[in-house]
Amino acid sequence: MSDQRNDYMFGLGVLKGLGLAFRHFLETYIDDIRHWGKRYKTPEGIAYRSSKDVKGIFTVQYPEEKLPVPEEFRFIPFLIYEEKDGMIEYRCTSCGICAKVCPPQCIWIVRSTDPNTGRPIPDPAEYYIDIDICMNCGYCAEYCPFDAIKMDHNYELASYSRINNIYDKAKLGKPLSYYASIRPINYQREENARKEAEAQKAARKSLA
Amino acid sequence: MSNQNIALETDLLYIFPEMLIHDERAGYEGYIIKAEYLLTFMLRIRDDFGYDYLSSITGVDYMPEGKMEVVYHIRKSTGGSPLVVKAQIERDNPVISSIVPIYPGAELQEREAWDLLGIKFEGHPDLRRILMWEGFSGHPLRKDWKEGYFEEDFKPFKSRWPVGHYKSAEDRNLLGTNIDYPAGFDPESWIPEPEVALYEGLGKVERKGEETGISTEQVIVNMGPQHPSTHGVFRMAVKLDGETIVGLKPVMGYLHRNHEKIGERNTYLAIMPYTDRLDYFNSMSNNFGYALAIEKLMGISPPERAEYIRIMMAELTRIVNHLALFGFLLNDLGAYFTPFLYAFEERELILDIFEAVSGSRMMCNYFRFGGVARDLPDGIVDKVKDLVFDRLPRKIDDLDLYITNNEIIRHRSEGVGIITPEQALAYSVVGPVLRASGVPYDLRRAQPYSIYNRFDFDVAVRYHGDVYDRYLVRLDEMFQSLRILKQVVNNLPEGPIQEGKPQYQVRVPAGESYGCVEGPKGELGFYVISNGKPNPWRYHVRAPSFINLTALESICIGNKIADVVVILGSIDIVLGETDR
Repeated sequence: MSDQRNDYMFGLGVLKGLGLAFRHFLETYIDDIRHWGKRYKTPEGIAYRSSKDVKGIFTVQYPEEKLPVPEEFRFIPFLIYEEKDGMIEYRCTSCGICAKVCPPQCIWIVRSTDPNTGRPIPDPAEYYIDIDICMNCGYCAEYCPFDAIKMDHNYELASYSRINNIYDKAKLGKPLSYYASIRPINYQREENARKEAEAQKAARKSLA
Repeated sequence: MSNQNIALETDLLYIFPEMLIHDERAGYEGYIIKAEYLLTFMLRIRDDFGYDYLSSITGVDYMPEGKMEVVYHIRKSTGGSPLVVKAQIERDNPVISSIVPIYPGAELQEREAWDLLGIKFEGHPDLRRILMWEGFSGHPLRKDWKEGYFEEDFKPFKSRWPVGHYKSAEDRNLLGTNIDYPAGFDPESWIPEPEVALYEGLGKVERKGEETGISTEQVIVNMGPQHPSTHGVFRMAVKLDGETIVGLKPVMGYLHRNHEKIGERNTYLAIMPYTDRLDYFNSMSNNFGYALAIEKLMGISPPERAEYIRIMMAELTRIVNHLALFGFLLNDLGAYFTPFLYAFEERELILDIFEAVSGSRMMCNYFRFGGVARDLPDGIVDKVKDLVFDRLPRKIDDLDLYITNNEIIRHRSEGVGIITPEQALAYSVVGPVLRASGVPYDLRRAQPYSIYNRFDFDVAVRYHGDVYDRYLVRLDEMFQSLRILKQVVNNLPEGPIQEGKPQYQVRVPAGESYGCVEGPKGELGFYVISNGKPNPWRYHVRAPSFINLTALESICIGNKIADVVVILGSIDIVLGETDR
């Protein structure tokens, strides 16, 4: 940095800048030769191009190449279900916290009621998310007390009609194994916490 | 507040006993002034007490009391917390004198209060609508105003749960029942009126050339709203004499979505993701300011580790913003996209960190009241260290080598768009633009928030006030940010990241608070009034890009039309924040 206002350099500054651009240009080819055959369309090539050591070109050729998303990446929620004895069981209890905390109010839930007693039962009869309105803030997943709704990693959702963008319960549901695959660390932490809570509960029961 | 300030404020009450009374409502601070004394008082405190810099003007609609209130936050350019003065007027006939003659920086802010709340400012030179269009009926921030597709006053809406059968807004409420057209009005055949008021504001177009015998005429050129140099949908009506600018009026509001009304309908927590969308380059700073305002009301403060993480994010954001600005500024100067991409390379690496930490590259939504959303994932601190100690200093040096002494850039930017320190303060200019004019005012030092008082850094300042210095000041600031970041990553403590349990319904006691941060573009303030309910009564954003535009006309006059593009680029506006 210099603050010498009157030092005319007669084009030297322009040449220096052009030199930098030229260096950048050359480095792309040097990198190509150094990583021959592994630079494009391979995971290590993509990782290299988004690392701090990258010189030369750093762009990724989407959609042939895709940057891996980090675990915390969030895009459009999904509902987790567990498969028990061939039955699909949603974790959601339709408590409505996600609908209350949703900033653009894009979650719609119909709570089931017992046809005999008229009392609510913890299972959503209908569950909609208008993904045109969803702003991917992640509050529903963050404040769900049952770990029933989580944010997805799939960001390729283009469709030809707006009607397709109102996701119902069937379209939102994804198995627990999918959640474990996209967010292994979070999954493990939540499982451990659940087991601990159950162990505590059992211990308290045996004491009583 | 320090003892010195308390002493001074009691002094004010003692000095102006006939004008002022204390604001004694629970949770409120500052003074209430009798509206008829406003101008006398403002003149005195500006000239005799050193309150030389008007920070923010907010209109508040107290519908139940039948009152309107105008809240002034006035600062000293030497630092300290702002002086809060309020003037109350009748809601049915809200007229108050304009303070533009004393603080010219009030111009756009008073227009905004007129537009959104219908407060008339007597003596304002150009009181027109600013965010809404001419011909719009009503004032949308008034509590009895309802938008199209209006559903309920406050979120969460009752139709969502427990019986939430999906219905789209359009089916529910076709164009709204609360939209009135004048009798016989056909929206299809309507042709908008010419913008007479706007062009009148520019003054008469004069015929010149009597001396030379050649007949010339001043012309009005509309730059924008669809112009690549305006960084969004922003328009400047420019009056030209040949190529020289003799008048300029900014026209904005094309991206207006009434952020403040959305905020007032929402719960406190649900406003947080909307603040991301204000200045979408710096969502972390926006989160920071809003979190500070609410934490002040709630009387909580985040744990140590959260404070460090916050500062880490805020400073990374500053570097992102300045890098992006360099790219755009160089584009504006005609260096087509090569430097832009070099700057964006570093920005990408920082956004990767944001994505890993918060889940999103730009709409981070990472801060919570009393902490941050989640702890840093494994390996992120090492990544930040790599950037801060190795990559960023190297690459910013490269940019410096690439740009700073380039003759073309220096000839295009030195001495262009000069703003003097006196002008800058008068027009309420903030941030790097103010510091490039030789006023070393930085909120991180002037009114330290969070834990900035623990770090060793300098306030970057330059003295020529031209485009080149605005560039240099940002370059200096990036190095200072790196200095702070080095201290943060080396001292990052272990521990909790959230005060208390995370909860989705926060209890905010009644009162007012003004939380502000030194964002990358300047003082970003959030003025929130709570009445103890789950939704704020008033939520106002003091947007630096918006208020910096007040000075645009006086910076541009006398420059050539080709330089307007560069001057606007060097002020660094983001339309998401300007139009709100």
